Amino acid sequence: MSAIILFMAVIAVIAGWWLSQQRLTAKPWLEEGSIDDFPGTGAITLPAAKIGLGVFLAVAGSLFALFISAYSMRMNMVDWRTMPVPSLLWFNTGVLVLSSVALQWAQMAAHRNNMDGVIVGLCAGGASAVTFLIGQLLAWQQLRAAGYFVASNPANSFFYMMTAAHGLHLMGGLVALGRATARVWRGAEMAQVRLSVELCTIYWHFLLLVWLVLLGLLTGWTDDFVDICRRLLT
Amino acid sequence: MVDVPYDARADAPPAEVPEVELYHPRSWWTQYVFSQDAKVIAIQYSLTASAIGLVALVLSWLMRLQLGFPGTFSFIDASQYLQFITMHGMIMVIYLLTALFLGGFGNYLIPLMVGARDMVFPYVNMLSYWIYLLAVLVLASTFFVPGGPTGAGWTLYPPQAVLSGTPGQDWGIVLMLVSLILFIIGFTMGGLNYVVTVLQARTRGMTLMRMPLTVWGIFTATVMALLAFPALFVASVMMLFDRLLGTSFFMPALVEMGQQMKYGGGSPILFQHLFWFFGHPEVYIVALPAFGIVSDLISTHARKNIFGYRMMVWAIVGIGALSFVVWAHHMYVSGMHPKFGFFFATTTLIIAIPTAIKVYNWVLTLWRGDIHLTVPMLFALGFIITFVNGGLTGLFLGNVVVDVPLSDTMFVVAHFHMVMGVAPIMVVLGAIYHWYPKVTGRMLDDWMGKFHFWVTFLGAYLIFFPMHYIGLLGVPRRYHDIGEAAFIPSSTHTLNAFITVMALIVGFAQMVFLFNLVWSLFKGRPSGGNPWRATTLEWQTPETPPGHGNWGKELPVVYRWAYDYSVPGAAQDFIPQNQPRATPAVQGAAP
Amino acid sequence: MAVALILLLVAVGSVLFHIYSPWWWTPIATNWSYIDHTISITFWITGAVFFAVIAFMAYCVFRFHHKEGRRAAYNPENKKLEWWLTIGTAVGVGAMLAPGLFVWHQFVTVPADATEIEVMGQQWQWSFRLPGKDGRMGTTNVRNISPENPMGLNRDDPNGQDDVVIESGDLHLPIGKPVKVLLRSLDVLHNFYVPEFRAKMDMVPGMVTYFWMTPIRTGTFDVLCAELCGVAHAQMRAKVIVQEEGEYHAWLETQKTFAELSGRNAVTKATYKSGGK
Repeated sequence: MSAIILFMAVIAVIAGWWLSQQRLTAKPWLEEGSIDDFPGTGAITLPAAKIGLGVFLAVAGSLFALFISAYSMRMNMVDWRTMPVPSLLWFNTGVLVLSSVALQWAQMAAHRNNMDGVIVGLCAGGASAVTFLIGQLLAWQQLRAAGYFVASNPANSFFYMMTAAHGLHLMGGLVALGRATARVWRGAEMAQVRLSVELCTIYWHFLLLVWLVLLGLLTGWTDDFVDICRRLLT
Repeated sequence: MVDVPYDARADAPPAEVPEVELYHPRSWWTQYVFSQDAKVIAIQYSLTASAIGLVALVLSWLMRLQLGFPGTFSFIDASQYLQFITMHGMIMVIYLLTALFLGGFGNYLIPLMVGARDMVFPYVNMLSYWIYLLAVLVLASTFFVPGGPTGAGWTLYPPQAVLSGTPGQDWGIVLMLVSLILFIIGFTMGGLNYVVTVLQARTRGMTLMRMPLTVWGIFTATVMALLAFPALFVASVMMLFDRLLGTSFFMPALVEMGQQMKYGGGSPILFQHLFWFFGHPEVYIVALPAFGIVSDLISTHARKNIFGYRMMVWAIVGIGALSFVVWAHHMYVSGMHPKFGFFFATTTLIIAIPTAIKVYNWVLTLWRGDIHLTVPMLFALGFIITFVNGGLTGLFLGNVVVDVPLSDTMFVVAHFHMVMGVAPIMVVLGAIYHWYPKVTGRMLDDWMGKFHFWVTFLGAYLIFFPMHYIGLLGVPRRYHDIGEAAFIPSSTHTLNAFITVMALIVGFAQMVFLFNLVWSLFKGRPSGGNPWRATTLEWQTPETPPGHGNWGKELPVVYRWAYDYSVPGAAQDFIPQNQPRATPAVQGAAP
Repeated sequence: MAVALILLLVAVGSVLFHIYSPWWWTPIATNWSYIDHTISITFWITGAVFFAVIAFMAYCVFRFHHKEGRRAAYNPENKKLEWWLTIGTAVGVGAMLAPGLFVWHQFVTVPADATEIEVMGQQWQWSFRLPGKDGRMGTTNVRNISPENPMGLNRDDPNGQDDVVIESGDLHLPIGKPVKVLLRSLDVLHNFYVPEFRAKMDMVPGMVTYFWMTPIRTGTFDVLCAELCGVAHAQMRAKVIVQEEGEYHAWLETQKTFAELSGRNAVTKATYKSGGK
């Protein structure tokens, strides 16, 4: 359970830092009067959707941290046989990086008020994300053709389950991306578009990060890394 | 969840926003059924949760009939008994208490108490309810599928939950897991709303330290739930894989009824870790809203500020954080590494300290108060007794070596019913008596309320207090029939029969309550806008019940904390939060 | 005031019920009286807190209930009082935790001279295995399980040949000898539970769990299953018979070893034996 504990510790640090800014040691019964006397204690002024996305990322992060915790506990059992990583995954990883870059491009274009750039970025990002998903399906097919079925070993089961969970999150993101694109298509104001594009970009970067962590786990690099850390410590 | 660019407030302070963009219902359907108004969603949540809760109540009667008079009711056999305990537990913990406190009270009270017009993502909020309803329907459907609902116990421990020695192995367990997954998705949608509304949509002047403890409790519980429910989600998905695809996440090599199974290598304890990583925070997800609400009930009806407000806030936050590092105290005798016992016993007993502080502060609020023994106050007192009792028996079960003889006995059953069954239900009932006037504009009948309280409180205490001693004797839980055992004296059967009779009486007292709810809706005394003369914002709405958008033209501005009761020198014994400094006392807004 | 009186009666009644309850823990049969002492300490501390809090609350209700013209005092907090209460609570918690952890340390530290025995659960019966003359138990594997080999012993392991296998019979134990009880399960979770022993532990398929104890009292005790294991959970029973050393060895002599059982016709003989007892 170390992965999830570590994740919760990070969340606790962020929450603790934020709470420490909120004057929790003030004596509210002495502080009667208008808020102007107590600056910095009002509601957060960021858009609700942005805070909402932040909270959602914490939830999704918790989900993946728990998958990783389960993975690392299960892999210590004797029947674990590490699965070869199909080389197609490297191609997919590249495509997903491209997708993130494209959305970053769209976001920067939105800041420069360049609507054409936004459209190009969104479409490229969406297309490459779909390519990634198709690539993942192909990777599944290759594995099954090579005899690595979902139930034949827990390593396989985890591979299919975690890639599916990641893919489903990406599909949810594609829905939001599709809506943002449709809005741009209908000729929405840049001010309206900017927030949607920014949120999609944050989400894409998050999913890229999750994918890289999962990839590290599936290839065993994380293992080697933890091993090296452990050796350095002892 | 990433769309809805609801940016009406932008950077301007709310009081200066003339028109807030709200979704306005256009038809009867969008006003009352597919409503995006948090108050309507709250009532939908509450009614759905209560309806499925009634099913769970009936299940508890059936269980008690079997336990009190074993063999008398031939229509209850061993497998049905297991199905009853499973469904009773799961419904009560998740589909009733979690949904009611967060979906029901959270939706109704958060926007009103922090001075917002609505939740920040009304559409997502609406979806949350409909997915919850779907989860409830899937759960209820297991009563009608071949094999019936699962009988694995609410903990759903594998391998038992997916093997044929347990009822509901075909459909019951699968639908149970699907229902849980749906519930978690729906809850996450609602939870995002509750958290972001508190963070972002508080009205001008509503600093965190001016928030009523109700909001603190619900807010912290929601944050915890958002982070803890994924553990149940992961456990459910993995068990579905084991059940449907034949994987071996949790399934070791085993021989079932003489047959070698294909499974191999999995770890049942892994499931328990995941389950309790959700399961223990879940206890506080139910308890923290209750803590918050009861603080406000006590303060309002004792006409006195809550004693040690700051300590109460810190305790809520501290309990919330600590509750993520105590989960394995449910697993002392699970076969996990014994060294863990030292760590988890220590953290578990440490969490008792902030909890005890909360109890002290509640009773110290009563000290030198002006205690109005209204029905909500009575329920608050009942909560303190049952919670203290249940909390203290938690010290037995949390202290690792003491847990060894007591675990898996009726002592555990009595403990958790007292602490997370009876105690939170006391708060739920007290809160309904307290806020019903705001929701409907009418008071609940006082006489029926007092009858309801005394029968429920004393009856429930008489059910669960003696039950501890049956467990101390050594009677295991989840037995449909104790049967013959040398160590069980025959008087135990008499006590069991007594408990069953009390359970039936307490159950029927709830019918009086339901009657009161309906009767008062039409015949209750009109309450006015602020019948309890309370300070918090929800009592200062221009209309009662509050209209769409809650506040009419202008959002309230907050000038003081939530507990200005009996302030020396003030004309009245309460000052509403939105009353500016140094102006003559204004009556809480009329209906 | 009726309400205050009833609240007080709840507190007094609870204490009286505790004192006069005819339902109490069973007379202990092992060395784990430490556990009982820890429970007693916990009862004293929690009982005092329970009575104090409820009595104080009842007094407040009696003394400060609403009367015409009463006005509540204004008292947002009292730092000193809150600190003292916190410290007092911490001391009380420490007084329960310290003996608890001390006894837990003993509970998980198995003495070197403990004899290993094995209990195996399956839906819904118990089997037992005792080491033979060599004092060591042979290895097992779930995949070896068959009607002829109900506990899945490894046929090639020399240590296992003289193991005594008792399928759905009673377990006998000598008094005064520490035993390490190894726990296994074939199918689902079970829990080897004898109320008089105080100690218990889940049996988990795929792994071996354990606890240890020293029987200090002869007698026959009920074995129950304390972890939900399916429809017949409540019927999963057996008996443990704690005997003087001599009687125990006399009993042990009559038992068949694994080697004897796994020979030809062994199955019928074993059934006859346990059935005729």
